[in-house]
Amino acid sequence: MASAGRIRPVAVVETPSTPDHIESAAGVPLIFELSSEGRRGTDLSPRAAGDRSGAELLGAELCREDLPGFPELSEPQVLRHFLRLSQLNFAQALQFYPLGSCTMKYNPVVNDELAALPGLAGLHPSTPAHLAQGALELIARMEAALAEITGMDAVSLHPAAGAQGELTGLLIVRAYHRKRGEVRHKVIIPDTAHGTNPASCTLAGFEVIVAKSNRRGYLEAAEVRRLVSDDVAAMMVTNPNTLGIFEPEIQEIAATLHERGAMLYLDGANMNALLGVAKPGHMGADIVQLNLHKSFSTPHGGGGPGAGPVAVKKHLEPFLPMPRLKHSSAGYEFDGERPDSIGRMRSFHNNFGMIVRAYAYILALGGDGLGMASRLAILGANYVRKRLQPHFPSATVEPSMHECVLSHDLEKRAGVSTLEIAKRLLDFGIHPPTIYFPLVVPGALMIEPTETESKEILDNFIVAMERIYDEALNDPKRVKNAPQTLPVSRVDEALAARRPILRWEKKA
Amino acid sequence: MRFMPHTDSDIAAMLETIGAKHLDDLIAHVPANLRASATIDLERGCSEADVVREISVLAARNTGASGFTSFLGAGYYRHYVPAAVRAVIARAEFATSYTPYQAEASQGTAQAIFEFQTLIRQLTALEVANASMYDGASAAAEAVLMARRLMPKRPVVALSRALWPEYRATIRTYLSALSGLEIVEIPFDDATGATDIAAFDRVANDRLLCTVTGYPNALGVIEPLGAIAEMTRRAGALAISATAEGIALGLLRAPGELGVDIAVGEGQSFGLPLQYGGPGVGFMAARTTHLRQMPGRLVGQTLDRDGRRAFCLTLNTREQHIRRERATSNICTNHSLCALAAMVYLSLMGRSGLRDLAERNVELAHQAAAELDAAGIRRRFSGPFFNEFTLKLANPTAALKAAERRQILAGIALGGDYPELSDALLVSVTEMNRGDEFSRLAAAIAEVR
Repeated sequence: MASAGRIRPVAVVETPSTPDHIESAAGVPLIFELSSEGRRGTDLSPRAAGDRSGAELLGAELCREDLPGFPELSEPQVLRHFLRLSQLNFAQALQFYPLGSCTMKYNPVVNDELAALPGLAGLHPSTPAHLAQGALELIARMEAALAEITGMDAVSLHPAAGAQGELTGLLIVRAYHRKRGEVRHKVIIPDTAHGTNPASCTLAGFEVIVAKSNRRGYLEAAEVRRLVSDDVAAMMVTNPNTLGIFEPEIQEIAATLHERGAMLYLDGANMNALLGVAKPGHMGADIVQLNLHKSFSTPHGGGGPGAGPVAVKKHLEPFLPMPRLKHSSAGYEFDGERPDSIGRMRSFHNNFGMIVRAYAYILALGGDGLGMASRLAILGANYVRKRLQPHFPSATVEPSMHECVLSHDLEKRAGVSTLEIAKRLLDFGIHPPTIYFPLVVPGALMIEPTETESKEILDNFIVAMERIYDEALNDPKRVKNAPQTLPVSRVDEALAARRPILRWEKKA
Repeated sequence: MRFMPHTDSDIAAMLETIGAKHLDDLIAHVPANLRASATIDLERGCSEADVVREISVLAARNTGASGFTSFLGAGYYRHYVPAAVRAVIARAEFATSYTPYQAEASQGTAQAIFEFQTLIRQLTALEVANASMYDGASAAAEAVLMARRLMPKRPVVALSRALWPEYRATIRTYLSALSGLEIVEIPFDDATGATDIAAFDRVANDRLLCTVTGYPNALGVIEPLGAIAEMTRRAGALAISATAEGIALGLLRAPGELGVDIAVGEGQSFGLPLQYGGPGVGFMAARTTHLRQMPGRLVGQTLDRDGRRAFCLTLNTREQHIRRERATSNICTNHSLCALAAMVYLSLMGRSGLRDLAERNVELAHQAAAELDAAGIRRRFSGPFFNEFTLKLANPTAALKAAERRQILAGIALGGDYPELSDALLVSVTEMNRGDEFSRLAAAIAEVR
């Protein structure tokens, strides 16, 4: 079993120097507990002599007295603390991490080096455009590449993450209708949608209407026809949907919406199934948002940063957020004159560091490689689905795209829950799939293998799942008590919510 | 393709298991017209060496990134980043993990976030901080939305005009779709550059939802935040402060200490590269009584089954994946790795180091202002400043050009965002500037004065 990927227990625990140290589960004290008064992890260059200190220049009434509780450690102590913490994590680079709808594919390490090039990392956002032409051209090329990949007309790289891209897209929808003198209040969302979709709708001032997927797990144009009205501004569809299946009636759905003046917003969260397979623009989408940290391989970072570009058809281009790039004989610059733009969503242009990485990824794969990536992602998902079918049947009879959603009968047969299966997988050195999602499948296991995992890794996963199935029937305690091999045993999440402790505090 | 491990025989074996002949059989159910036009018309893939060459050429064309003496600031600041920060965030264990949904497999990330929440609480002197936001401007917008959830009947959002233009613009966008809100802009005092408290006071009534004030503000001035918070509190409204230069919190009185209810800001100064403006990291801290309306992830301390301390995501019922359209925010992915960088940076700086650094910034900025003053170049405003100040110039654009000829990026002309300040140049001075650069700046500006 994938023992090489297992987490190493932390061996040596430095004796903390403060008396308020609590025995911590993982043996890694909080950084505050390692502090000793008077230590520091940084030195400043010597100060020019004779001047008044900063505090004197500002006067006491503007200054705080101290930073009580702030860490006081040497540089090596700080480094050791965080490196030790790093050892408590599962990560894509270390383990199989088939977290559904998150596309945990390999993140090419050279891309981090490229983003750190002095000409890119050291560039201030207010640098005059004529001194930043390389960055601006990179942005322009990335916009063009994403337009080609999605089959859309114009792209903005502005949004900071997928969810912000959703909000951006919905505000564009709103601005478009308003410009035409229409006020529409509703957005249709399928019952399989990610939670960010309805939450974004609320922020954009829309009321959500839920469309039901049919028994086979997809959306019928008839259902959309039933729900659409002149008060519907748009429909948000994730394609492939969160059951991992391609929405077969997407083109009819687009036509149905367009007939009534509503837009099709395509959530590109699952774009890793579509590269060179089908372009959202050709499906009839008016807007697509992408997640560069998914299909375009920027590191997930323990929860960001990502980037959530928005691609639109021509009629929506005037509404894209500020700033927009424009090109003239003098070169590239940002355009400040955009009367119909929805405005700005964030402090500066875009998450440029992530744009660089994603652009490098697109260069590396090229058009052909991107198409192959999606095909191999689809191959992996269907392979896992087929092999696991006897124990963990697919939640749908439709073919899977880049991920598969499986269910099981262990709750009924052995009282073993999906959560417990997930925790047991950790003991095999495998990060669990997304669980209990989509909500329409009870006890769902949503598995996204990605194209960068080998057949051997998938086979290991399959064997582990089969073994867990057997254990659940024959030795359920073993599953229920998992994980046993990690730095901590089952974490009590209910306690955390009941008695929230959200910060460390110095003992009196 | 080097990222994909499949051999031809792997593919053949997997297809056979599935019962398919060709890879394209797996997508045969996708409508034929879509497949027919799906080919991506980009160049073929290339070697790592070719990728490096291509991007390096673009990087080299950003001549403004190096070789210039820089005084650019205005919301993003030039600070030294210790190598240890990069060493930690380069760890694949952090960089290639995701949101710590599975607590047992994510104790590293979860504990680091818990420590980050604690540090932000200490910096702001408020009671509770979240796991991070995208950046300063979106954090400010989320703070206003949070205020609205806390007091849904109050319609007036009062923004200091000296709040960063990007922050004001972002707040306007975020509020644009919501009905029943009025945004009023409170002018700044033309002499001091601080927000006009009398004007603030005129909207301080039971219709006021919140005030949003830059601390320091977009003109470099350290606002009388305590007085603004007090006035806000008297009206029963919520005081929000927004700090773009986080280092300032190492020296200035903390927002919480001054009566602020929600403190947000940008953490880029804490160990993140300029990177042409992103990714940065937003932070947000508030009072415990307001916790249930706070957006974003939160990590809490708990116990594992064996009674040992452990950490996990908590109070998820506020969030989109549980609450859907009734969530406090749509935020899902935040800027976790950037928060980790900030965490490492602040740990290295520590209790005395951060204060020393903040003081150094003040000293250098005041030295620069004094040298400019000695050359006859005056400050536009009289209010106290941290590491950024505004100069009064007849023609800021000409000054910028003159400076650029001397390989100096002298600052940012404020006339674009503030038509009433067409005579103003915003100059930022950090520990990255050396004392001998100030006379060069003075000479360049004096040339066109």
